[in-house]
Amino acid sequence: MKLQVAGQDTYCYTNGRAIDPDADSLVFVHGAGMDHTVWTPFARHFARHGRNVVAVDLPGHGRSGGAPLGSIEALSDWLVGLLDALAITRAAIVGHSLGSIVALDTAARYPRRVRAIALVGTTAPMPVSQAILDAAAADAPAAFHMLTEFGFSRRHLYGGNSNPGIWMVGASLRLLQRAAPGVLHADMNACNDYDSGLQRAAQVTCPVLVVAGDGDRLTPLRGAQPLLEALPSPLVKVLRGSGHTLMAEAPNELLAALRELL
Amino acid sequence: MTELKYAGLDTLALHAGAQPDPATGARATPIYQTASFVFPDSDYAASLFNLERSGHVYSRLSNPTNAVLEERIAALEGGVGAIATASGQAALLLAITTLMGAGAHIVAASSLYGGSHNLLTYTLPRFGIETTFVDTRDPQAFAAAIRDNTRLVFAETIGNPGLDVLDIPAVAAVAHAAQLPLLVDSTFTTPYLLQPLELGADLVMHSATKFLSGHGIVIGGLLVDGGRFDWDAAGKFPTLTEPYDGFHQLVFTEEFGPAAFINRARKEGLRDFGACMSPTTAFHILQGIETLGMRMQRHVENTREIAGFLQQQDTVAAVSYPELEGHPDRALAATLLPRGCGAVLSFELQGGRQAAIALVDALSLFSHLANVGDAKSLVIHPASTTHHRMDAAALKAAGIADGTIRLSVGLEQVSDLLADLKQGLRAAEKAAPGVAR
Repeated sequence: MKLQVAGQDTYCYTNGRAIDPDADSLVFVHGAGMDHTVWTPFARHFARHGRNVVAVDLPGHGRSGGAPLGSIEALSDWLVGLLDALAITRAAIVGHSLGSIVALDTAARYPRRVRAIALVGTTAPMPVSQAILDAAAADAPAAFHMLTEFGFSRRHLYGGNSNPGIWMVGASLRLLQRAAPGVLHADMNACNDYDSGLQRAAQVTCPVLVVAGDGDRLTPLRGAQPLLEALPSPLVKVLRGSGHTLMAEAPNELLAALRELL
Repeated sequence: MTELKYAGLDTLALHAGAQPDPATGARATPIYQTASFVFPDSDYAASLFNLERSGHVYSRLSNPTNAVLEERIAALEGGVGAIATASGQAALLLAITTLMGAGAHIVAASSLYGGSHNLLTYTLPRFGIETTFVDTRDPQAFAAAIRDNTRLVFAETIGNPGLDVLDIPAVAAVAHAAQLPLLVDSTFTTPYLLQPLELGADLVMHSATKFLSGHGIVIGGLLVDGGRFDWDAAGKFPTLTEPYDGFHQLVFTEEFGPAAFINRARKEGLRDFGACMSPTTAFHILQGIETLGMRMQRHVENTREIAGFLQQQDTVAAVSYPELEGHPDRALAATLLPRGCGAVLSFELQGGRQAAIALVDALSLFSHLANVGDAKSLVIHPASTTHHRMDAAALKAAGIADGTIRLSVGLEQVSDLLADLKQGLRAAEKAAPGVAR
């Protein structure tokens, strides 16, 4: 679906359906340098079960126009603008990585618009290594390579995913390489600069699911401990063997976890 | 080399796509010799059919053993995904039918495998797809042949049997300037010697029957999606960019991003044409790939020895191997194929067809058969076998003379191969005496 949000051409995947004002709504937010395609199988599932599904392309990503927004707060404001444009009053938000802290921030600052959040591959704060920031600033291939290599558990660097015929490491790399110049750097900066995550977590009142891979090397489980302690009674699912790219590494297990919350 | 630095090709050849079997702990990839897979419940079944979950439904569409092979070749080629097919020919047809229908046009190199040449020249025109063949060595000839309805540029990494090396970066640039993908048949080189996607190709196919499986025991094909071509921007590929009636109006580029092509190929071509690979075949090819690097090194070493030997023989008019002095692609091969130019070479006997047939019949270690890429050495006379349907002009364009012999050099002790060739050349000399340079 194409629409205007904050004066910019915006794309979101809705499984080809119009928004049903009487149906429950789920919004899926991708991570840094990615786009809606990381969420399409999950969106298809919940669409078949009668939900409105909205897998967004954040500004400057995928099929959406505009420049990437430079902060998590700006992305949260934009997300609420998207809900307004779609006439969705209240939604559950599923976010991965950068998208997870957008979901967290939105739930804390716009509690009446968010009925639940699922934080997939998350920490707060979400520091980014200087090496990745520097490479991303230069749009250097090394930035894509580092994020891809550290984006998978050591076990999954050699593949072996359940999606037949897809080399998930290569597919993830290619998606990052498709990002327009500057997009990855803006996203990495937004993650690195977001220093109010724990404060926001304490303000969240809706149900929270946290899904983590025990082999995550970008947002390791131990790094998420302060966030888990700050959140009010989060449901925590740890997926064995998976790294940070849980949608590709453990898609069926992640779907099961999301079904439990949503 | 692969873009990702954590794994070399030899490591990927052993590990990519495989995990110890989750059910039994088996270290080797098991052969899942089953037609179909049980659904745990109805919703799960519906979710598999609706592309919500990962998994297997029916072995024509996907199979766990095949999936390991598909991942492995995609990893070795630096792509995003792959499909295992019943043969290399099935892989080529799957690529073509995924991209186009009646009314479309292909620009292809003239020096192609005979089977590919047949498909493009005689069979596909019956279904409304025409092909223009051009000089493999002339990228501008590719450009000149492109029409409004062209949908694909196709060539082999090393043309068969003339052994002309494709200038992949130059031909890819020509294709991309016209917003067309370049499909490369990399059967002769394998990812150990050349990675076409890294050089600019968009799709790669293999006859896995050859060097990938490496032992001449199975028929199989592989098709790899590089994931870089922008199908939306090209605006010429409605199968990928417009709603598909055959799958609830699914738009492949919208749902699958970089993996649009390979998903359409599986969801339509593999489903409907049905040219899938047997899981047992996939297992054999996986076993072959495990030793790909070591085998290709030995193949190349033996081929270099034999090429040098043949060059010194008075009864041999010419030897074609891209590393040899005098080969028109020698400089290009040095750039694109530093590890070697494969294990297929051709040579022309002074004594013409009579001498060639005598040599083929006299060889004992070299098996006379229509194949390449076996661990065992092979020989054939193309003009009377693999390329016999081509007329004189087409044979000449493909670099085939009456006295041309093609060798696929195997892994035997090279001194034994040389001894066999010596006695074969003596027989050829007797069959057509007195013809020497």
